[in-house]
Amino acid sequence: MKLNNFGYLLKQGFRGIFRRGFMSFAAICVTVACLLIVGTFSAVMYNLNIIVSDLNKNTELLVFVDETLTDAEARSVGSDINLVENVANSIPITREEAMQNFAADYDYDVDAGLDPTIFRHRFRVSLVDNRLLHETMEKLYQVPGVANISAPEAIMENFTLMQDILLMVSLVIIGILLVVSLLIISNTVKLAMYDRRDEIAIMRMVGATNGFIRFPFMIQGFVLGMVGAGLAFGLEWLMYDNLLASIGQTLKWLNFVPFSELLMPMLLVFGGAGLFVGVVGSWTSIRKFMNV
Amino acid sequence: MIEFNNVVKSYSEGNQALRGVSMQIEDGEFAYLVGPSGSGKSTIIRLITGELRPTSGTVHVNGYSLERIRKKELPFMRRTVGVVFQDFRLIQDMTVYDNVAFAMRVVGAREKDIKERIPYVLELVGLENKSSRYPNTLSGGEQQRLAIARALVNNPSTIIADEPTGNLDPARSVEIMSLLQEINALGTTMLVVTHEQDLVERFQKRVIVINDGLIASDRMGGYQL
Ligand SMILES: Nc1ncnc2c1ncn2[C@@H]1O[C@H](COP(=O)(O)OP(=O)(O)OP(=O)(O)O)[C@@H](O)[C@H]1O
Ligand SMILES: [Mg+2]
Repeated sequence: MKLNNFGYLLKQGFRGIFRRGFMSFAAICVTVACLLIVGTFSAVMYNLNIIVSDLNKNTELLVFVDETLTDAEARSVGSDINLVENVANSIPITREEAMQNFAADYDYDVDAGLDPTIFRHRFRVSLVDNRLLHETMEKLYQVPGVANISAPEAIMENFTLMQDILLMVSLVIIGILLVVSLLIISNTVKLAMYDRRDEIAIMRMVGATNGFIRFPFMIQGFVLGMVGAGLAFGLEWLMYDNLLASIGQTLKWLNFVPFSELLMPMLLVFGGAGLFVGVVGSWTSIRKFMNV
Repeated sequence: MIEFNNVVKSYSEGNQALRGVSMQIEDGEFAYLVGPSGSGKSTIIRLITGELRPTSGTVHVNGYSLERIRKKELPFMRRTVGVVFQDFRLIQDMTVYDNVAFAMRVVGAREKDIKERIPYVLELVGLENKSSRYPNTLSGGEQQRLAIARALVNNPSTIIADEPTGNLDPARSVEIMSLLQEINALGTTMLVVTHEQDLVERFQKRVIVINDGLIASDRMGGYQL
């Protein structure tokens, strides 16, 4: 394809869009709606990921050491713990420190005869992946000298479970919506090809290559997809900022990221999705139409 | 050059539209292809344009072997063959000029060459004063002239016409046939399918008669069915 025909082909592509203005409008609307939902799910997932990882940072296991061990033996348990898979790090807490903490937490008067020996040596252990909590705990129990483990299991497990479910649901919904907008763009392009079937027959007759015949329709699908993506991106931005302004106050502890931080990933999501539905949408209808 | 070698074409099992056709049309030649309805004339045309492939036998057109041509090569073969149909096949929402320019644009011609070539071609077919008219404002004969202009604008070495005068009155038919001969005189190989016996008699050219999927006669001058 020579450059001197590019303008002509481009013009043909836009001609297809305006010739069936309403259909193109509908295709763009559906694409915008689909991408908005896709974008919203992505934004929620992104935020949830951050919230969960924040939460994970703060959630730690307390591994108690058998009280019959000496201080030195207890310390060596620490290095065994560090060898366990999925353990990020462990911070030793001596009996004395534990007692101090306890006294501070419960306003207990240490001088009133609190004996540090009733506290066990312990390690504050954080994990690489909290989803493997159960497996890791089982392994930790097998470390000689470990007597007991306390974990804020419920919170972590629920959050990671919720995250997994949401991810699954999002993927399914995103998949369905992408197919929907792919179909409508595909149909719009098919209609444009149908409108111009006589032209296409003549093009073929005089020896136009398939690439040349296809190109305007690829342009058409591409433009529909990208216009839809652009509009959806703008709307998403507006919606997100407004939503943040209104709920950000009440749900401050949830720490939503500002849209500016989402800019690049969002641009990628919208651009990629727009390109995908546009190009794949037109390609599928062209494939069906172009059986020589 | 067009060369058929023992070509058989069946559209469905056990039903042969062509039953072994061999013929050769040299570069620069003019030939009529005649025969009763259903004898296989259009089938021959569609084999030459690569729209159909032979069931067996070989079809050579301007150096391409159509029985085994690759899909990618087909457009380039078609640029060597201009086609004219009974029903004109013009684009109604394009002007006379654009209908012809379209054929050049879609094979990648430069705008400058298009501007140079089209006035020449329109003058050749006698439409130089109607370049901004739309097809539905033209007479049947003029529409067929436009279709001929489009067929020859990319300078093909061969033009094939499937009943080009089928929709025209006798006077217009003579004009179109004369035009095709003028174009042939400029060096373009010409194969014309027709039903019109008196026209064929009048022009005294090579006549290939096909009957029931077989060539019945092939000689100069008139013919009997
Ligand atoms: N697409 C098709 N499917 C099945 N049979 C076909 C098809 N096209 C043509 N035929 C059959 O092939 C035979 C030859 O048809 P063809 O169109 O070549 O005839 P023709 O000589 O052009 O006739 P006419 O003068 O009426 O145009 C006929 O019997 C016809 O019914
Ligand atoms: Mg026919």
